Amino acid sequence: MAPRTLFDKIWDHHVVETLPDGTSILYIDRHLLHEVTSPQAFEGLRLAGRKLRHPEMTMAVVDHNVPTSDRTKPIEEPESRNQIETLERNVKEFGVPYFPLLSASQGIVHVVGPEQGISLPGMTIVCGDSHTSTHGAMGSLAFGIGTSEVEHVMATQTILQRPAKNMRVTVEGELAPGVSAKDVMLAIIGHIGTAGGTGHVIEFAGSAIRGLDMAGRMTICNMSIEAGARAGLVAPDDTTFDYVRNRPFAPKGEDFENAVTFWRTLATDDGAHFDKEVSLRAEDIAPSLTWGTSPETVLPITGTVPDPAQEPDESKRVQMQRMLDYMGLEAGQKIAGTPVDVVFIGSCTNSRIEDLRAAAQVAAGRKVADGVRAMIVPGSGLVKMQAEEEGLDQIFLDAGFEWREAGCSMCLGMNPDKLTPGQRCASTSNRNFEGRQGPGGRTHLLSPAMAAAAAVTGCLTDSRELV
Amino acid sequence: MEKFTTLSAVAAALPEDNIDTDKIIPARFLKTTQRTGLGKYAFDSMRYRPDGSENPDFILNKAPWRNAEILVTYDNLGCGSSREHAPWALLDFGIRCVIAPSFADIFFNNCFKNGILPIKLPREVCDQLMSDSTMGSNARLTIDLPRQVVIRPDGEEVPFEIDPFRKHMLLEGLDDIGQTLQHETEIKSFEHKVAGERPWMPTITLD
Repeated sequence: MAPRTLFDKIWDHHVVETLPDGTSILYIDRHLLHEVTSPQAFEGLRLAGRKLRHPEMTMAVVDHNVPTSDRTKPIEEPESRNQIETLERNVKEFGVPYFPLLSASQGIVHVVGPEQGISLPGMTIVCGDSHTSTHGAMGSLAFGIGTSEVEHVMATQTILQRPAKNMRVTVEGELAPGVSAKDVMLAIIGHIGTAGGTGHVIEFAGSAIRGLDMAGRMTICNMSIEAGARAGLVAPDDTTFDYVRNRPFAPKGEDFENAVTFWRTLATDDGAHFDKEVSLRAEDIAPSLTWGTSPETVLPITGTVPDPAQEPDESKRVQMQRMLDYMGLEAGQKIAGTPVDVVFIGSCTNSRIEDLRAAAQVAAGRKVADGVRAMIVPGSGLVKMQAEEEGLDQIFLDAGFEWREAGCSMCLGMNPDKLTPGQRCASTSNRNFEGRQGPGGRTHLLSPAMAAAAAVTGCLTDSRELV
Repeated sequence: MEKFTTLSAVAAALPEDNIDTDKIIPARFLKTTQRTGLGKYAFDSMRYRPDGSENPDFILNKAPWRNAEILVTYDNLGCGSSREHAPWALLDFGIRCVIAPSFADIFFNNCFKNGILPIKLPREVCDQLMSDSTMGSNARLTIDLPRQVVIRPDGEEVPFEIDPFRKHMLLEGLDDIGQTLQHETEIKSFEHKVAGERPWMPTITLD
């Protein structure tokens, strides 16, 4: 057999049938549901009198809409409450395993899946959410789907797909001190652009990627979609297997050993073909952030805001100027030192225990600057508990951060956690689109350490100066 | 799903790259449990001023583009979130066809599931169609799906590519699920094979 990539192998393991026109019926091992993109799909099943084929391969959790304040009180927003109650009725009716709001296991679906051992290497994993690519860090093929496809998976446990092209992004070398997975991914997106991965599945490879822990790999794969890729993945290795071992829904004992034997066969073969290859040197990557309203507008924290006058293409020049106007920035200004109003540490990109530790390291013994609102929103109830065991909550509370309950929160402003017009936010989330965190809000994407540095200095700051 | 065969309609130009799904419909409008009724929120931040009144400068607030059924944009249309609320909002607004040099993958897929035809055409051709669209109702574009051509107001025909399976589904207004369920035997035998090959594969059961 010709050498195959990791993606090729997972694909081949899941093709039920390839139709004459080249579309494949692809089997799905894990279907993750949340309250926002599932109600219309459940309704579709009901209207057609169809069953949910495999509830035991499905998992549901509430995350997008949930308040991150006191959970013992009723949810104030009637529409949010309705969506959550609708999910609760649906999981009951269709028998879907569900982590309810008041469970310690509740959290952001892309944090919960790996944490519970529900997402495993070699699997196909889908969810009605573009950041499903996160689970690719396990060495699985994981991608976001629309609600019609959610209904299709519910009814058939399959999806109709054509194979993606293979792309490999290699980061060789050693990351400089103070440079995190988030900086690596921002650098990659800045390099290839928001459409750089369109039509492709990106395998992240190289010594710098292998050297990352699972949280870092998840951060990288999470933002594959910001590079336009259908999915991102990392070959499963001992780091992966050590992470998976003993997770609640992972295979146990002899089953686990057999699983690992299989998972070890998944890595890309020598000589496998990639349609597109990109390489970055780890040493060249600095703590980074975005200046504009597209995730590809990346700068090192030591950089200056670009000048539209230097852009030869007219429509791009107009767009750059519009971004500067929206963001309230001047061409040529140093990005460091720009004052911020809000700091958000959370989201499926950066809300794991490792992220909170990195933020706490910067926050320890310091105070949130006057006039800055700084929020920590852990990715799951279990992350929150772990952080409290380690005393991180006290570090944050002493510094003046808000210590909140798990959910998507200000990443997309569906719950009450929103920016007001003109507010500038240092955010560990994944999208800086206009209005993403609230109408008129200005988002700078950056790492947890950089976000914490912005909180304590009151402006965009090189976190390396504080550790 | 409504069939798509031919469409002769006003086209509106949004000459921007990277029109993301947050721009097509912001997250705060995703709290519905229905597929319909989202048209009033389409392009909310561009269409309305902060006080809620219509922005008279926005193309879809001007006659005749208020009745546009075709949108023409630049690259990477529909990037960002997987929310199918984006095509639902477009459809509810009245859009049946979107034309761009490139699309984000999930949005592209989601369009087909809702009877919206996404057409990829080179940037120069999109420029020409945008220029046609400035003539408004005097210059309707015609989309002929069976023949796979966009017909410009001057009669010039621009061919486009489409996956034959998706073309068939659009022309017939078919739902994928029914089609896939015809392969029940193959799905069952696949499940049987996997159970034999990977018996360690766990299931998710809660107490």
